Amino acid sequence: MSFPSWTLLSQSVLSGVFAGALYGLLGLGLGLSWGLLRTINLAHFAFAFLSAYICYQLAAVSHVDPLLTLAGIVPLMFALGAGLHWLTDRFRLTPFSSLLLTFGCMGIVESLMQTLWTADPRKLESHYAEMKFRLGPLYLPIPEVLTLLLAVAITVAVWAVLRFTDLGKALRASAEDAPVAAAFGINQRRNGFLLAGTCSAIAGIAGVCIALSSSISPSQMYAWVGVVFAAVMLGGLGSALGPLLAGIVIGVSEAVTMAVTSPSWAPLVSFTLLILILLLRPGRIR
Amino acid sequence: MSSRRVPAGLLVAGLLMGALPFLKLPAFYESFLYLALFWIVLATSWNILSGYAGYFSFGHGAFFGAGVYTSATLAAKFNWPFLWTLPVAALVAAAIGVGVGAVVFRVRGVRGEVFALLTLAVTFVLATIIGNTPIDGGPGVYLNAVPVPRLGPSPTSSLYLMMLAAAMLTLLVSWAIRHSRFGAGLFAIHDDEDAAEVMGVPTYRWKLAALAVSCALAGLAGGIHALFISYVTTAETFNLTVPLTVVLMSILGGTRHWAGPAIGTVAITCLLFAFTGGEYAVLGKGAIGLILVIGILFMPEGVMGFRAFARTPRGVMGSPPPRPSPSRGRVPADPPPPPGEGRGGGTSEVLLDVRGLSKSFRGLKALSNVSLQVRKGEILGLLGPNGSGKSTFINVVSGHYLPNGGEVWLDGRNIAGLPAHEIARAGIARTYQIPRPFAQMTVLDNVAIAAMYAGRGLPSLEAGRREAMQWLEFTHLAGKAHSLPGELNLHQRKFLELARALASRPKLVLLDEVLCGLTPTEIQFAVEQIRRIRDQGTTIVFVEHVMDAVMALTDRLVVFDQGVMLAEGAPREVMQSPAVMSAYLGMAHA
Repeated sequence: MSFPSWTLLSQSVLSGVFAGALYGLLGLGLGLSWGLLRTINLAHFAFAFLSAYICYQLAAVSHVDPLLTLAGIVPLMFALGAGLHWLTDRFRLTPFSSLLLTFGCMGIVESLMQTLWTADPRKLESHYAEMKFRLGPLYLPIPEVLTLLLAVAITVAVWAVLRFTDLGKALRASAEDAPVAAAFGINQRRNGFLLAGTCSAIAGIAGVCIALSSSISPSQMYAWVGVVFAAVMLGGLGSALGPLLAGIVIGVSEAVTMAVTSPSWAPLVSFTLLILILLLRPGRIR
Repeated sequence: MSSRRVPAGLLVAGLLMGALPFLKLPAFYESFLYLALFWIVLATSWNILSGYAGYFSFGHGAFFGAGVYTSATLAAKFNWPFLWTLPVAALVAAAIGVGVGAVVFRVRGVRGEVFALLTLAVTFVLATIIGNTPIDGGPGVYLNAVPVPRLGPSPTSSLYLMMLAAAMLTLLVSWAIRHSRFGAGLFAIHDDEDAAEVMGVPTYRWKLAALAVSCALAGLAGGIHALFISYVTTAETFNLTVPLTVVLMSILGGTRHWAGPAIGTVAITCLLFAFTGGEYAVLGKGAIGLILVIGILFMPEGVMGFRAFARTPRGVMGSPPPRPSPSRGRVPADPPPPPGEGRGGGTSEVLLDVRGLSKSFRGLKALSNVSLQVRKGEILGLLGPNGSGKSTFINVVSGHYLPNGGEVWLDGRNIAGLPAHEIARAGIARTYQIPRPFAQMTVLDNVAIAAMYAGRGLPSLEAGRREAMQWLEFTHLAGKAHSLPGELNLHQRKFLELARALASRPKLVLLDEVLCGLTPTEIQFAVEQIRRIRDQGTTIVFVEHVMDAVMALTDRLVVFDQGVMLAEGAPREVMQSPAVMSAYLGMAHA
């Protein structure tokens, strides 16, 4: 094992930050729906990848600007998320049943994507991918910078809404004690649909970011499950800022591990962190 | 019941199926049956932990994969005879399972959801390790050169016979566990893990044991399957097909029945075969997902769940439940008295000696420096306003909470800080203020759990049920023995709590507001029952707000206020002391 040069190391820290931004963006909706709606939504990953494929289809085949596809993807994912929430709400699923249900959804979406786009990896060649900043010796690819900016902006916006608005207070109150919140006149049904839809819409945005920055294949979404859940648990359920910060910590640790050892060892990092979190701070996961 | 018929039936079915290859079937049928049996082993083994104890694992693929790679490595690289690799495959898978479980189950906060996600992560970690080390190294392992043991007329039939043996073994194990003391403990963990621990079930060890058995069987199936596919790669081994399919099959068939997963397997295999021509291809995965979604929404109990529910016998024990009416109710025989034969009033001998016990929750002192003694054979009343620390006292003494300081001596042994199940074994039983029955076990089995695990403990399910029946008669619940607790009304559930506490023949019973919410007639009956319990030699700590009952029953009183002991002594004296009047009665009468 040789120690890499400073340039390589800072480049990998930077790419870790970029990867972490994506973990945070995916984890944001996942953690909110777990913490505030008590739905553990594995379909979140399926929604993200479905969005990535839609973006790919529109951009690569129909030559729409990838960022413009968001105009269609965001409402579509909002509707899908709200629809899923209708199911979990209508059948009064426990968090555990919701996990199983969405596990099934993941399988359905995977087979749909495999049928439409085959199991082979697809890569979106957009003009964004060719644009790169240079900052001293470091490369800053535009898609990744865009992801980071989006992640920070959305995270801060969600945090502000939860913290300062009546809607945010109502959501947190409902998560704390639903019957009492309802007694105080909170319209939980509407809020639930709004939150579930927003979470999935964010997954859609994350999906577009994935399509812009890396190649996609249907079964790849499973690789994200472990690391994003690690970010959510590390960051705290229902927290807005937590997943992004935790995601960046994980992303950087992974990137440094890859630079120092070999890339294929990276999945071990998030798992080790997850176990450590559980052992050291078990109280946070409830 | 049919305790012999099921294993005998399984053996006959196994022998009949074992004869199939010698009928010269086309190899295609053997492969199809092989796959069905393969999924039966995986689904049924998964169910032993996840269905019985309720800890859903998404990591069954990891343990299966451990078996695949163990057999592949030993057979292809070290040239072991194939059959010898199978026990090792089972052992390696079990060892990995126990390693994961030892870490994960030790954390108190880890409940179902987190366990499921962690086991999912294990799958990919194991894949990473195997892919990066010489075990696989990337290109995969070929088993073409490994000779197939000659058990049947052809290699395919030999593989079929091996998997048939594994399936029979798995079904027998699953059946035996379902009808054992161990299995009853797992079901109790499924319904209410904390209550199970308080009833004496060693939850941590039981979960590990169930995980070990489950993994070993999955590893065995993996070992055989390595030879069946003959070319092993990490991508094909450690993906989500195994956990997804296994969860689906078990849920569809019913996770609380030993044969549920097998029935689900047969259904799914046939469905997939009909839809996709026998290929577990792209559409198959979608179909599995869709069936899982529909199953969760419309049939959360599974096929066998429906059947078991429909068969719930009503009034099996003949008579409808006798209403407790103290004047003319039938008086069942008292169960034989437990060891220790005091007859009321209390002796001077100390049974429980609490010294300087403290418990605080984030700075709130629920108990501070409480010292008290409970004498053998007495009824000690524990009074105090709401929030004075009575329930915390019970929770600490019974091991539900760890104390922050102090000692609890029972019969010359310090039990403070022991796990709850060991305290239950030492002879302390408790009731919950709000009854916490195991919701999906019959009333009889609810009580049998305590009889089998707490106190001196009974070695078998039959003995436990026999003992439990006596206590159900004592509490006038015998007519409800085969109902589910959900069918009981509040006062019957309170008496179920009482029966569970007594079934272990404890030295000391902590009764937490057993009378709360009962009507005056019911209270009268309960008071008589409690007196009879004491007359059999059981010492009682009695937390209660119903003052009539307290004054009628107790030999001594202890009054708590804000976590400290305010007064102690004979009931009348204590109630007339000025401190108690102002602190307790003053508030309670307001």
